[in-house]
This record gives sequence, structure tokens and C-alpha cells, in this order.
Amino acid sequence: MSSSMVAKGHVARWFRRGPWESIAMTLIGGGIIMLVQPWSIDLYSYSFVTILAGTVGFVVVSHFPE
Amino acid sequence: MTTILQPDHATIPGVSKPVTSRAARRVHGLSDRTIAWLFVAPTIALLLAINIFPLIWMIRLSFTNLNLSMSYLPLRFVGLDNFRDILTDEDVWFRLQTTAQFVISSVALQVVVGFGLALLINRQFRGHSFWTTIILLPMMLSPAVVGNFWTLLLQPQIGPFNYLISLFTGAPPSSFSMTGQVALAPWTIVLVDTWMWAPYVMLICLAGLRSIPDYIYEAAEVDRASAWRQFWSITLPMTVPFLMLAVLFRAIENFKMFDMVNLLTSGGPGSTTELVSISLKRAAFEKWRTGYSSALAIILFVTVFGAANIYVKTLNKVKQR
Repeated sequence: MSSSMVAKGHVARWFRRGPWESIAMTLIGGGIIMLVQPWSIDLYSYSFVTILAGTVGFVVVSHFPE
Repeated sequence: MTTILQPDHATIPGVSKPVTSRAARRVHGLSDRTIAWLFVAPTIALLLAINIFPLIWMIRLSFTNLNLSMSYLPLRFVGLDNFRDILTDEDVWFRLQTTAQFVISSVALQVVVGFGLALLINRQFRGHSFWTTIILLPMMLSPAVVGNFWTLLLQPQIGPFNYLISLFTGAPPSSFSMTGQVALAPWTIVLVDTWMWAPYVMLICLAGLRSIPDYIYEAAEVDRASAWRQFWSITLPMTVPFLMLAVLFRAIENFKMFDMVNLLTSGGPGSTTELVSISLKRAAFEKWRTGYSSALAIILFVTVFGAANIYVKTLNKVKQR
């Protein structure tokens, strides 16, 4: 097996849509909870960055192969 | 043997050689692709003009100190200052908590009422279609209309709602105001929103209930499963994806809720029912802090966009089911 095929196999194994989409959705969900929770203003301050990372991540990973 | 002769145009005088279909399109008129683009172009232009351009303009404004009440001042680039101000502002944080409380209460109530109505409507009974239409009526009304007529219904002096409550509680009708009291106002907007949108949840749940094949219930009957057992083991698990869909859709819609609440309470009394959308309107059109309100609008937009991604993903899962 050539090295390029091995590399492609690694890429295909790591960049699958399913798990990455789950991570992105968890980030979005977590960010929304951080935005509206009533306990810590620090969590509130970092909520937008978390939601933004999740949303941008979701857009990117939704182009990954199944 | 019969031989079919193909006419050779090149050999017949006065008849030109047939051109290929592609070439014909190019020579005699517009290509299919061009025609398709011509039809789509006005829509794209409109979309760019009324959706995309204002969005890009708003993103630009969110990085500036623009205040429309002092528009004579030079426009200054302030970087992420507006975002920093919002994300450290306790008032905005409280408004978001109020919004979350409204979303959670109203969506929970809508799911319970909507699912209950769907279970009732799913049975065949006399006047089934009539009652379905009656139940769906509130959903078809504009939120502005709903806000106005509930304002009338809830009037302490002349509104029939207070009289109805007084029948059950014995309290004088004008002794309480549903939209004017701190303890009642949040529940009033939840009540009106549930009245309006529970039928929508009912429709989604009804689709879920109708998608359950009859043979599953027949098998459960054969196994002597009680109606209660059938509900918990068949009906509810098979309707959950549809319920999830309804919850997500209603949560996104209620997060953006403005018109109905603005008409009913305008965020009052005090700021008890001031949702973040009303806060945004106040920042933009009462305090004229355009840069600040643009940044807040972007935060809300990204939040709703992120939630919408989850919604679409769930929708696809339900479709595949």
C-alpha cells in the first residue's frame, strides 16, 4: 500500500461528517445555554465565541464526506 | 426488403444542413441555462437587496460608534468594543434570561397542550373537521391582530377575561391587571403565545401520530397491552422526533419573539417582560445606539442561525425515519 493511500485513509477516518457535526452541535447548544444561564457572567461573556465557533464549525464540517 | 432512406439535407438544394441542438440554441436564441438565470435573477437581486445587503451593512455598523441621534459626529471604527460592552452588560444578560424563561415556559406548555390536542383530534368523532378548523384558527392570525385583541380581552375594566377569572375566584374584575402586574404579566405573554401556537405543535404531533402504522397497535392489542402501556411504549417513543422538531422550531421562533409581546406589554411593567428583542428595539430606535444595537443583532442572529442548523439536522433525521 502506498504512503499516499495510507494518508488518504487517515484523512477519511478523521474527517467524517457525523462526529464532527455532533461536536459542532454540542458547541452551539452549550453556547446557547451559556448565553441564557443565570449563574455566571463569565460564562455569559464567552457564550458568543462558543456559539460562533460551533456555527462556523458546523458550516465547515457539513461539507465533509459521510 | 424495405430500405428506409434518411434524407440527406446537404444534397437537397435549398435545405440547409440540420445543426446540432446545442448550436441551435446558441444561434437561434438563448440557451436553457441563460433562460433559467433570467427567471431566477430578479429573485436573487431582491434577496441581495433586502436580505444580504442589510446584513453586510449591519456587520459593518457593529464595528462602529454610530449613534443616529448624533449622526453629525464622524463615524469611528471601534473594533470589538460594542461586542465587549454587550457581553459584559448585566442588563442584556438579564434580558436574555427573561427571554429564556419565556421560551422554556411557553414551549413546554405548547408541547403539552399541542400533544394533548393531537391525541384528541387523532380519534375519529362527529364534527372532527369542524373542531380541527376551530383549533387551527389562532395560528392563522397575525401576531399584531392577536396582540391587539388580547389587549382588549385583558382590559381590567371592560375585558371579558377578568370577568371570567372573577367568576372562579370571586375577586372583583378590576382588582387585577393581567398585563400590568409584575407577577401576572410574564404568565400573560406565555398564555397568549400558547393560545396562538399550540395548534401548530398539534399539527406536527398529528403528523407523527398518523405516521405510526396500525399493525403495531394491533400487535399490542394481541399481546393484551393496556391503552396506558401502548401510549408509553408505542405512541410517545414514535412521536418524540416530531416533538423535538416542534420544540426546536418554537424555541427559535420564541427567541425572536417581538411583535406580540410589544403590543401586549411593551416589555412592562418595568422590565418584567422585556425580551431581548424589545431591548434591541429600544437600543436601536429609542436610544439610537446603532452600532451597539447592530452588534446585539449579530449576536442574536448567530445564535438563531446556530440553532437553525440543529433544527435542519433534526428535520433531516425525521425525514429519514
